[in-house]
Amino acid sequence: MSHELKPSAHTHSDSPPALNVRDLGFSYSGKPVLKDVSFTLGAGELVILLGANGAGKTTLFSLITRLYDHRQGHIEIGGFNLRQHSVQAHAQMGVVFQQPTLDLDLTVKQNLVYHAALHGMNRRVARERAMQQISRVGLRDSLNERVRHLSGGQRRRVEIARGLLHQPRLLLLDEPTVGLDIASRRALVEHVHQLCADQGVAVLWATHLIDEVYPQDRVIVLDKGRVRANGSVSEINAQQATDTIGQAFDRLTGGEPG
Amino acid sequence: MSLLPYLHCMSGVVGRELLRFVHQRSRFVAALVRPLGWLFVFAAGFRMALGVAMTEPYQTYILYEVYIVPGLVGMIQLFNGMQSSLSMVYDREMGSMRVLLVSPFPRWFLLVCKLLAGTFVSIVQVYVFLLIAYIYGIQAPLLGYVLVLPTLIVTGFMVGALGLLLSTFVRQLENFAGIMNFVIFPMFFLSSALYPLWRIREGSYLIYQLAALNPFTYAVEMIRFALYEQLNIEAVLITLAATCVLLGLAILGYNPAHGMSARKGGAGE
Repeated sequence: MSHELKPSAHTHSDSPPALNVRDLGFSYSGKPVLKDVSFTLGAGELVILLGANGAGKTTLFSLITRLYDHRQGHIEIGGFNLRQHSVQAHAQMGVVFQQPTLDLDLTVKQNLVYHAALHGMNRRVARERAMQQISRVGLRDSLNERVRHLSGGQRRRVEIARGLLHQPRLLLLDEPTVGLDIASRRALVEHVHQLCADQGVAVLWATHLIDEVYPQDRVIVLDKGRVRANGSVSEINAQQATDTIGQAFDRLTGGEPG
Repeated sequence: MSLLPYLHCMSGVVGRELLRFVHQRSRFVAALVRPLGWLFVFAAGFRMALGVAMTEPYQTYILYEVYIVPGLVGMIQLFNGMQSSLSMVYDREMGSMRVLLVSPFPRWFLLVCKLLAGTFVSIVQVYVFLLIAYIYGIQAPLLGYVLVLPTLIVTGFMVGALGLLLSTFVRQLENFAGIMNFVIFPMFFLSSALYPLWRIREGSYLIYQLAALNPFTYAVEMIRFALYEQLNIEAVLITLAATCVLLGLAILGYNPAHGMSARKGGAGE
């Protein structure tokens, strides 16, 4: 008997895409930041959103998390329109923000239980889920430790566990490796790829770091608010006649006059 | 959807605020030292110069220290309300406000939970203050301490909603310090917290008029009357109305479609 806030039974037999963004546009005080952005994430798919700083990644995330409203285009999460069914849409998404958002003075468990409450879970369910998710990220022994005493990489893993607590279909990661050392960065990239394969959760991973892209990943290249490429690493390389995704990225973003 | 998830959410938000409060002991001490300083130093010094003649709801001529206690209760709540909106600004910078706002619950409900949490914390502070004042000798009727509780919830919401509203205008902590000076001090001094309105009127008609327009005056009067087992209907109505207006504006301020966050570009960069 879960008291969790879940979408009412969806009637579609085939499962809808985890995330569907269509013709999304957004501007700050007249200056366009995103223009005609469209892409889809299938259930359980991991997609790297690659873009330089200022390409519009954080704005895109702010719109998907509904920190502010989009006025042009559509966003659907798990088949639920974000504007019309924001409750259901929010219930299906987990987020790891670019800035750390854990309470440093509270324990890992307290942080997780708080998040579970924000999703309407009772304490018993919350504790079970917290235990389950924290074990998955390999921090079971740190459950009662204050977040302040954890390393940067560990904190990120707690945030990922937190993002998955309410069993979302979509996990959004906004440059999650910022501020991590090389080893933790690699471990995190590895962990999220694994997670996607094991738990079937779709992941949108925003980054400006080429080395976070695995050869089998699908990549969306965002530049100056527009989608410049969308496909597997090999497809993009074939299109751009390049050998590596790094070269393709340079070609896609560097050659544009404006 | 049943009501239960809403309750879990509310208790989660309130629980987190109380936990944070427990961890920030210095904040608790500071919150008590301020009104106690006023009571023991300021009021004690003034008691010789200034007694308060019989005025409602008091039955007799009272000492200045007795008069000032409800105002200091208001002050605790005012500071706490501003402090929790300060933490709102801090939260927004640190991103935990974003965590709150990606919860699937309606945003107005989340903000009400947040206000309730801040109000709870302020009520804990108020009762500790009243206990110390009681031991010091400033004693209201015992029933008054019970009757003041619902009053404190309303006044806590009022100042909390004001802080929340201000936090939508402020993006950085530095700006907030300015607003503290321009909001807290005028609100406190231009009210009936330190002197009764009729006394202010004798001094300056302008200041009297400002104090009579200040919703904080009515919050303080509501607390004062409740503490002495009386109901000041005018104060209750004005405080409730001010609370509703401020809360409505604060919710509007945090609305993703119309709010300040949309206009300013939100917490992200």
